[in-house]
Amino acid sequence: MGDVVTMDDLSDDEIISILDEAERLIPVAKGEVYAPLLEGKVLANMFFENSTRTRMSFEAAMKRLGGSVLNFSSVGTSIAKGETLYDTMKMIEGYADIAAIRHPRQGAAQYSADAVEIPILNAGDGAGNHPTQTMLDLFTIRQAHRKFEGLNVVLVGDLRYGRTVHSLSHALVRLGARLTLVSPEVLSMPEEIASDLRVKGGEVTEVETLYDQLEDADVVYMTRIQKERFPDEEEYNRVAGVYRITAADLNGSKKGMILMHPLPRVDEIDSSVDSTAAATYFEQAFNGVPTRMALLCRGLGVNIPEKVK
Amino acid sequence: MTEMRRVTAIKNGTVIDHIPSGHALQVIRMLKIDVASATPVSLVMNVPSDKLGRKDVLKIEDRELSQEELDRLALISPEASIAIIRNYAVAEKMMVELADYLENIASCSFTNCITMNDREPLPQRLIVVSKDPIEVRCYYCGKGQEMEDLIENLL
Repeated sequence: MGDVVTMDDLSDDEIISILDEAERLIPVAKGEVYAPLLEGKVLANMFFENSTRTRMSFEAAMKRLGGSVLNFSSVGTSIAKGETLYDTMKMIEGYADIAAIRHPRQGAAQYSADAVEIPILNAGDGAGNHPTQTMLDLFTIRQAHRKFEGLNVVLVGDLRYGRTVHSLSHALVRLGARLTLVSPEVLSMPEEIASDLRVKGGEVTEVETLYDQLEDADVVYMTRIQKERFPDEEEYNRVAGVYRITAADLNGSKKGMILMHPLPRVDEIDSSVDSTAAATYFEQAFNGVPTRMALLCRGLGVNIPEKVK
Repeated sequence: MTEMRRVTAIKNGTVIDHIPSGHALQVIRMLKIDVASATPVSLVMNVPSDKLGRKDVLKIEDRELSQEELDRLALISPEASIAIIRNYAVAEKMMVELADYLENIASCSFTNCITMNDREPLPQRLIVVSKDPIEVRCYYCGKGQEMEDLIENLL
């Protein structure tokens, strides 16, 4: 089965081989080479919640490989009429060969994978998992450092509700990176995940202040702190202001350090950072295309040739 | 038992002993024993026990519970011991065992889980991550479940 619901659906070897394949697909993702590996195949983009980057990069990935896309949005559809997720997925199974699903409810991707035979790629379920984002994040980290073992990856911001960091932290621990988790206590990593990371033997440090961590970091991964998570605005302002990076803050950081962000950013990363060597977030957004290409091919059982031309 | 028997011996049926004190009614619910049916059910609560301090005991007449039914018990009563009685004698002794997967035993307590919509037709599924101490998570959303919530959410 080609489902990817959580990172546990991929072995370490599979992760690495998907990253290798994604690398080979870069010219296709850029539109320099046309490789219709998925010609005649149909992807259903099932977005029960808004998304810009994830939905568009899935669409770009499918189209660059010669496939086509059905876009579903829950606004004004049968969902508004009270259709169950089960029924919606059963219906779409008749129209498409593979589906990417984003849903506000946690567990929706696993539920869909159980409901239908076609492969399901989890594109974010509630505050749960977002493994295709993790794959593109891993791709970005490997592009910069060529390894994971021993890297110090600093994850910053909303670690409680930010689903991207949940999947990513699992994967990084498996691949041998060290994690430094920086968050206010109210937004710290959920206990199930923290306990899993420890059980897997992860070297994990939890702290509340960011600036001491910048010097020793190989990767700084910022996330957006969501205002609605806070009981009052004063508390939000206090926390949000603490995790804000400007170009000047990066003066003492290691050569080769990369600054990542799943986007959209609000003001966690000042625009002065954009012109520094560390700024990697726009490349990261592009990397969604080749990694999702590789995941779509895996899901559909299509081999990616050693030389893509 | 040195003191006087609180409930008389049964001729045929099932005795469930060593239920944690105060949980006998949940066990009845969990085993889906129809209390309105004709089967006599005797229930003893909060009696002294060497093993548990205090315990509950259930005697269900004229019904032999299957291993599968008993496995449901394991969630709230992993220490329970079961005797199948035939003609006043213990014919079989059984232990409960907590399975790795629990299907339609209890529902997930997480308010944002996909299974919260009770019109969704797939079964409730829980994974037993650890048996000692018992740690249970929702198969779909992955959220850890508190024992009190599981008991509250028994199906």
